[in-house]
Amino acid sequence: MSTEARDAILGRVRAALADLPPLTPEADTPVAWTYGQPRALDNILDQFEDRIIDYRAAFERCTPATLAEHVVGALQTYGTASVVLPSGLPRSISDAVAAAGLEVRLDEPQLTRIELDATSAVVTTCAVAAAETGTIMLDHGPGQGRRALSLVPDVHVCIVLADQVVSDVPEAVARIAPAIRERRPITWISGGSATSDIELSRVEGVHGPRTLHVLLVDGS
Amino acid sequence: MSKKLPVVTSRGGTVEPPRLTPAPPPGRLIDSPRFPAQAKVELGNPVQRKNLHHAMTTIRDKRARVAGELDNWEDLRLAGEAIKNRTLRHLDTYLVQLEENLTAAGTEVHWARDAEEANRIIVGLVEASLGETREVVKIKSMATQEIDMNEALEEAGIAAWETDLAELIVQLGHDRPSHILVPAIHRNRSEVREIFNAEMGTYGRPAPEGLDTEPKNLAGAARLHLREKFLRSKVAISGANFMVADTGTLVIVESEGNGRMCLTLADTLISVVGIEKIVPTVEDLEVFLQLLPRSSTGERMNPYTSMWTGPASGDGPQTMHVVLIDNGRTQVLSDPKGREALRCIRCSACINVCPVYEKVGGHAYGSVYPGPIGAVLTPQLRGVTSAVDASLPYASTLCGACFDVCPVRIPLPDLLVHMRHKVVEGKKAKGGVHTESAIMKATGRMFSHPRLWAAAVNAGALGGKALTGRVKHFGPLPWPLSKWTNARDVPIPPTESFRAWYARTHHEDGSLK
Amino acid sequence: MTTTSTSPGRSFADAPGWGKTVALFAACANDVMFPQAPIATTRLLERLGCRVVFPKKQTCCGQPLVNTGYYDETVPIVRNFAKAFEGYDYVVAPSGSCVGAVRHQHQMLADHAKDPGLRRDVDAVVAATFDISEFLVDVLGVTDVGAYFPHVVTYHPTCHSLRVAHVGDKPMRLLQAVRGITIKDLPDADRCCGFGGTFALKNPDVSVAMAADKARNVASTGAEYLVAGDNLCLLNISGVLGRQQSGIRPIHLVEVLASTEEES
Repeated sequence: MSTEARDAILGRVRAALADLPPLTPEADTPVAWTYGQPRALDNILDQFEDRIIDYRAAFERCTPATLAEHVVGALQTYGTASVVLPSGLPRSISDAVAAAGLEVRLDEPQLTRIELDATSAVVTTCAVAAAETGTIMLDHGPGQGRRALSLVPDVHVCIVLADQVVSDVPEAVARIAPAIRERRPITWISGGSATSDIELSRVEGVHGPRTLHVLLVDGS
Repeated sequence: MSKKLPVVTSRGGTVEPPRLTPAPPPGRLIDSPRFPAQAKVELGNPVQRKNLHHAMTTIRDKRARVAGELDNWEDLRLAGEAIKNRTLRHLDTYLVQLEENLTAAGTEVHWARDAEEANRIIVGLVEASLGETREVVKIKSMATQEIDMNEALEEAGIAAWETDLAELIVQLGHDRPSHILVPAIHRNRSEVREIFNAEMGTYGRPAPEGLDTEPKNLAGAARLHLREKFLRSKVAISGANFMVADTGTLVIVESEGNGRMCLTLADTLISVVGIEKIVPTVEDLEVFLQLLPRSSTGERMNPYTSMWTGPASGDGPQTMHVVLIDNGRTQVLSDPKGREALRCIRCSACINVCPVYEKVGGHAYGSVYPGPIGAVLTPQLRGVTSAVDASLPYASTLCGACFDVCPVRIPLPDLLVHMRHKVVEGKKAKGGVHTESAIMKATGRMFSHPRLWAAAVNAGALGGKALTGRVKHFGPLPWPLSKWTNARDVPIPPTESFRAWYARTHHEDGSLK
Repeated sequence: MTTTSTSPGRSFADAPGWGKTVALFAACANDVMFPQAPIATTRLLERLGCRVVFPKKQTCCGQPLVNTGYYDETVPIVRNFAKAFEGYDYVVAPSGSCVGAVRHQHQMLADHAKDPGLRRDVDAVVAATFDISEFLVDVLGVTDVGAYFPHVVTYHPTCHSLRVAHVGDKPMRLLQAVRGITIKDLPDADRCCGFGGTFALKNPDVSVAMAADKARNVASTGAEYLVAGDNLCLLNISGVLGRQQSGIRPIHLVEVLASTEEES
């Protein structure tokens, strides 16, 4: 049945396009666009900070040495009781969180949805970030965890390294493309969840973490 | 397929079993009244008019601001147009490539020629995946609305729960969407509270006691009501904003996180997507993920975008299906002019800027897609013979504001005129007498014969001479002139036409007399 | 582009329009109902040194028919237009809408008729067709046309002049150079007035609702005159304003530009 429909649809498509010359897509329709171009910004990290704050997410800078204490500080600010730490996070962080008396949950074996729903916070790293749009991209590799981890808990502390921040979407797509080609799932996060569905009044935090806390790690 | 069976009563008759989900309004969209008739009804709704004016003005300003931030916005539009043109002009190549890569990534691909076939496939897939629970969660998808999927599932005894806040409001409100991005814009906050109080408890967790009308509390009620559905979901149904041919990746652009919930918590994911939603390569996403958020919600970037390429081990649904739907798209594709409408990325910028839409809202259009894109695409997909479809291309003043904001440069005003031509040709082919056609023929004759026109001009001046001194202007006149004069004064024609003045004051070579 | 004042005593050879012959495209509605606009156009262009002729064969640009979907019925009108204006370097109309229609649709209709000869004729006419605001600024190179209009006005940029003919800010620049004038900004200026040709007859209720919005915005400026470059849009808005006894008078852009101190 599906082959019949497939053949019919492809046949219709070919018939519909019969008026066009037999050229390759590239020869037929040139695209005047250069991919992966950076956007000129005065200061990429400052712009990134501006945008994150504009989204009403929290933003802090730290160094590699102070990262762990900032993670703990952030979690404590939000009254975190339990936090899920994906595998692959630096040991220093899990040690600091445990030492601060917060309940650490690991995802091995995988937490059930109910357990995840009852977990207050999650800490992840990321793959790349785009300054112009204040976007953080996860490819759910080591340190980031499977997608549900950064979705269900209400607080998401996200660690962004300074050299992961590029100017804008084109550079970011170029950086994340290999992960997509490896068939990794990808999540782009720009601020917290929001809706404007009721009378167009913007409401923050529908599903998804209502608190996003970004830690920018700058060694310089 | 276990269809819901009528319930046999104790008296031996049968009644329809109770519905699983709220009943939508009765009737089919294609049977809607002509646009002018429904528009008049909608004009009489002051709550909607106020909401629409506020919402559309706000969203227009936001879009203009963020589009204006990018100094290469026009280049982006040109690139978006070119990439979509390339895709459509070689759609067979890209469909085959997409299918190969979807399959290689572990996604099963299905093809559906029309709504009926699509629903048959979807119901079958859902049946095969469900255990005892007879419900699915869905992310907002125009394609599923087009094929009326929810009702097909309801008839098969499966409840489809909308999880997008506005679609939830529409579903619980026994209503139809009125916009493709903010479908409940015609409702104000007290109406939303009433709907939540009245209906949430019947279909899940009731609204909290003492719920007020603050949007953030209404959203909070939705969060709680939907949470339990997300956490127990087995099957999720989505659409897709983009499908990448060279990798088999699907992309969903959203704001609330309900998409992420559906995409990562269920065991089985079924994505229903129009065949035109393809982009050739991953790199092409850099163009569309700049164009779409700025054009739709007027943000630099929407809160959440999800991309996935087949099942990911240990993460989210392990069974994935994509249902590719035609449902009239190949018909549109076969029209060299009309196919430009298939570039649409469903951003709603045209709807938000349309002065006609702002007055009447989406329900006046009798179609899943309202506004300028709806007035073009719906008659292309459904044909121009129904009363509403024949009227849609005329639901526009051709002001051109829509083209200015379309991120993929669809020439909407030209396509509206193109579809008007199709309506006219359709009526001619059917035969019979049409007043408008006769008038147009006569007018055409007058304007292509200079002497006929000159005589008409003189007649106007004569009329003016007859009325001068007696009447200052025309007030209300009988039908059909009443269409104009009910609201507007009209001056009487001057006593001397321009050409008469020129002949009186100039020689033919332009020198003065 | 120079701003040249046409003060008396200047020799004709200095006049911006010297040596130029303009074929006046009056526009069908203007010929019958609003002759003041093409009259003002003629007087203004002559004041600037042009010779103005009126090709009598002209009728209409065809827009009302083609925009209602009647392509075949419009083709003979396109043919007549190309014939009427054949051979002129400048075809000028006081109507951004009609000029837009000629430039945007006549070629499409010639192709629809599958008539390459007609297409060639149309190409020539299209290249020569201008709205009065474009002709003044781009061809004659003037923004100050020596006009005097001591009144408070507000200007509505008609949709087709803006988005089909693409006259841009030329009308406003011309208005700003008028002596004695006070220009009030029109709120939501670029929103459609609701006329839309046959739209006003097919969708009268929506049309009136939109015209009412526009009329309200016009009235809010406190202007004495509403100025626009298309008389049918003016008819639409001023019709509503008149019914409301608002006291605001419509006037075509070119009539303002043609006004001089002597005439006031």
